[in-house]
Amino acid sequence: MKADRTLIERRIVFLVLALAVALPLIFPLGLRTKGTPLTKKAYDLVDQTPTGSVVILSFDYDPSTVTELQPMAQAILEHAWKKGHKVIATAMWPQGSQMADMAFENVQAKLGQKEYGRDYINLGYKVGGMVVIQGMGRNFKTVFPKDTSGLNYEDIPLLKTVKSLRDIKYVVSLSAGDPGLKDWVLTAHDKYGVSVAGGTTAVSAPGFLPYVNDQKQLYGLMGGLKAAAEYELLMEYEGPASLNMNPQSVAHVLILVLIAIGNIKAWRKRKAALKSGEVANG
Amino acid sequence: MAELMKVLGIWLGAYFTLSIFSFLYKDNPFYKLAEQIFVGLSAGYWLIYTIYNILVPNLFNLLFTDFAHNWLLLIPMLLGIMMLLRIIPSAQWLSRYPIALMVGTTAAIYMLLSFKSDFLAQIAATMVNPFKFSSPVDVVGTILLIVGVLCGVYFFYFSKKQEGVFAIPSKIGIWFLMVSFGASFGYTVMARISLLIGRLDFLLRDWLHIIK
Amino acid sequence: MKKNLPLIVAFASGLLILIAGFIPHKPFGMLEETLTNWFMIISSFAILLGQISLIQANVTRVAHRSPNWQYYLAGLISFAGMVVFGLLWGMEKTPGILGHGEGISQNLGSKPFDYIFDYIYMPLSATMFSLLAFYIASAAYRAFIIRNFESNLLMITAVIVMLGRTSFATWITSWIPDSWGILQLPRLTDFIMQYPNTAAQRAILISAALGVVGSSLRIILGIERSYLGGGK
Repeated sequence: MKADRTLIERRIVFLVLALAVALPLIFPLGLRTKGTPLTKKAYDLVDQTPTGSVVILSFDYDPSTVTELQPMAQAILEHAWKKGHKVIATAMWPQGSQMADMAFENVQAKLGQKEYGRDYINLGYKVGGMVVIQGMGRNFKTVFPKDTSGLNYEDIPLLKTVKSLRDIKYVVSLSAGDPGLKDWVLTAHDKYGVSVAGGTTAVSAPGFLPYVNDQKQLYGLMGGLKAAAEYELLMEYEGPASLNMNPQSVAHVLILVLIAIGNIKAWRKRKAALKSGEVANG
Repeated sequence: MAELMKVLGIWLGAYFTLSIFSFLYKDNPFYKLAEQIFVGLSAGYWLIYTIYNILVPNLFNLLFTDFAHNWLLLIPMLLGIMMLLRIIPSAQWLSRYPIALMVGTTAAIYMLLSFKSDFLAQIAATMVNPFKFSSPVDVVGTILLIVGVLCGVYFFYFSKKQEGVFAIPSKIGIWFLMVSFGASFGYTVMARISLLIGRLDFLLRDWLHIIK
Repeated sequence: MKKNLPLIVAFASGLLILIAGFIPHKPFGMLEETLTNWFMIISSFAILLGQISLIQANVTRVAHRSPNWQYYLAGLISFAGMVVFGLLWGMEKTPGILGHGEGISQNLGSKPFDYIFDYIYMPLSATMFSLLAFYIASAAYRAFIIRNFESNLLMITAVIVMLGRTSFATWITSWIPDSWGILQLPRLTDFIMQYPNTAAQRAILISAALGVVGSSLRIILGIERSYLGGGK
């Protein structure tokens, strides 16, 4: 009987959560998010890098976290292209390569066609995380002899000036876990001195904050959908992340309400147990 | 034709999305089928990317097109084949060599980088004069940061029994950890909700066209 | 012999990387570069090994008609489909054995491998992880209960952070004057993340780094040998 009740309660919670997310998606509340210094720092890194610089966007995630990281990737890519940066896409996760192509396609649909090989290149996935980045620090071509379309390294105009990681102006890793941002911080920044900023899923964001320090191990950090919305705000457009902050906010409030109800129930139960204990003891 | 296939694709996507969501009611054949298809596709995807993105450009292509300069690559190829021999019980011992090489290399790289970035750099980042800041919030925050790091590290220091006065820093360390775990929980909720938003957005926008 | 030689391999490769870390010049720098390149290739074979093991396990289940074998068969078919499509026509810009398959791509709108990725793999992957949203909501309701001082700290922080990261946060506490701005929810959340959270996470990092150094040394020196399998 009690098990049935728990099951029904759980299904009600599921249903209410689905509604709390779906309704604000259908009827947006028009909520605007507010920027945080950490996202601004990442924005500034891209903004202050000179035109013509070669930079890396590393797509270290897969479709499971696409809602959080894809808007971030697209906002940064748009920013980098608007600043005239030449973008190299790499991937520490196999699916990252497709995520990169999706971002290139979507941003080109907005900004107009860019030239493959001159404005951007997709070098694809390599296995090994930190070891691979260490290899890039020594010799880029050894790690990436070809791009994903089979072009030889020496035939790609964008890579003419890139011998090792030291020729890269900044790295932004969009990271859903390991391998990912941590490997870039430890290797690209701490070993080779390249500026690194990161966009992570909200789950892993708190763990990266120690790297945002005076030594700029991590230049800026964007954590989750909220940070993606902040970046869109800095770019002065309302993109998918900004829109999705409506259901996100409503769902957070719902979770808080659930916590409150759960605690009231537990408190009542405790009180009832105390009372029955007193009665039993006479 | 391509347009029709796109519509079919969206319906396929919706079918698999709903199949996975059906697990919320209870385990059922739709979920089980979707789960195994996911496992199969993941494995296939990874295999193809490993072949086309790593083995072909970084190994076979170099060996076939310029053997004279790349013959040394026969060594990792041989080690790789030895790794595959793990599936044959009588030849399993041969896989120890590539594993040893990988473990030795990774251990050394992690040791060097972790010591520099997670130990030395973090200690250096904590050595901040709190009174250099003009804002009282930053002063208090920096003092909290220093106390929190010291007490947190003390908590993880297991070599000495922590009792009496010696237990106080440990207790404070636990408080800081609890605050951090609370923050992590908040962020975890944020992440999971985001993923759900993505899926409902797909169903309501791409499939049902309720959202324009 | 079968165990000691691999230990020497681990020692030599580890030592080489350590020396190259301090003397990044010839010949150590070059040797390190070679070793990291080899690492990548051997790792690829390790991935192949993983796939082979998975297939072996699934084939055995299907062959023995284990419970739910039909689902494992579906897994095998989808694996084979992905591999065959990938090998024949490649994916995205990468050509396969038969080139780019322009004809089939025109009909499908993309290559078969990409079509499966976009319309089956992506929804499956994203939905699988989005299930956790429901379970975390259920856990918040049933398990996030005040018990003692420590759990109070955890709960209060979680509530502030959750609320502070919403778009409501600004107007909920907008009545608080700027002189007390730190109590406004977004700023309070930033403060918690920047100071107490960073302090705890940094303590974890420092302690874990010492652990990494210790266990790495044990591996390189051959004291830790469990990775070779087969007990001592």
